[in-house]
Amino acid sequence: MDIPFNVKERPDTGLYNGKLGIWLFLASEVMLFGGLFSAYIFLRTGVDNWPAGTEYLDVRLATLNTLFLISSSVTMVMSWASLKLNDFKKFKFYSGTTLLFAFGFLVIKYFEYSAKFSHVPPYLPSTNNFLGIYFTMTGLHVLHVIGGIVVIGYYFGPGSKMWKADPERFTNRIEIVGLYWHFVDLVWIFLFPVLYLL
Amino acid sequence: MTPEEVKHHIKTYVIVFIALAFLTVVTVAISYLDIGVKAGIALGLFVASIKASLVACYFMHLIDEKTTIYWTLIATAISFLILIFLPIGTMLAQARIY
Repeated sequence: MDIPFNVKERPDTGLYNGKLGIWLFLASEVMLFGGLFSAYIFLRTGVDNWPAGTEYLDVRLATLNTLFLISSSVTMVMSWASLKLNDFKKFKFYSGTTLLFAFGFLVIKYFEYSAKFSHVPPYLPSTNNFLGIYFTMTGLHVLHVIGGIVVIGYYFGPGSKMWKADPERFTNRIEIVGLYWHFVDLVWIFLFPVLYLL
Repeated sequence: MTPEEVKHHIKTYVIVFIALAFLTVVTVAISYLDIGVKAGIALGLFVASIKASLVACYFMHLIDEKTTIYWTLIATAISFLILIFLPIGTMLAQARIY
């Protein structure tokens, strides 16, 4: 049995079902990260001396990571636009580039975390409240990046077969993945100044 | 969406990307300014909000979306503000008591 409104828009919502679904999911994600930002405000306002991010963190690496995520966001939306222009080769190029930027983000994050753990004495989540909220928020964000890589990787590889069978549905799926990926970028846009710079 | 419209969108994506990269540099530059913690936080978050708006409006196409999505996001924003300000209000009330 075919699932209705995969491609055509539902008359009542004006959207295909997947698109409404991802926006509702993103709404729940706003609440998840919102709770953590709320916790951050409490921890920060609860003490007289909150450490500057630069005391523990490397701003240069985080700036590079910000540029990686911004670049991956633009290549993600370009991969969707390529499908809209019926150019599957360009989709593969932009989708593959998105994956490279995403892996680049993870590699830099690995170096960042390694530097914290190998510091003498080690900087751990239990060291103080700043590092506790830093590891919690960036750790959750990294999990989202990994989730994005899995899904983008699937549609870059085996999932791309759908393009031949049902191109419109495949394009919609890439739009949905893109919306998720842009949200991951959006969260980082706030994490970067809040944790590293302010 | 026609191919011409998509091509127009692509130009916009490139401009937004350049703006985001520039604003990232601005965000880092602000952290080096000697304007005090509160002003630094306000300015840093203001620039971050502009960046987030660019991503949401153009990459996520919120500038031209269906009303169902707008209503979903309004409900989310209200819930988010309650989540942020209810505990802060409670904290301030406790501070007045003690």
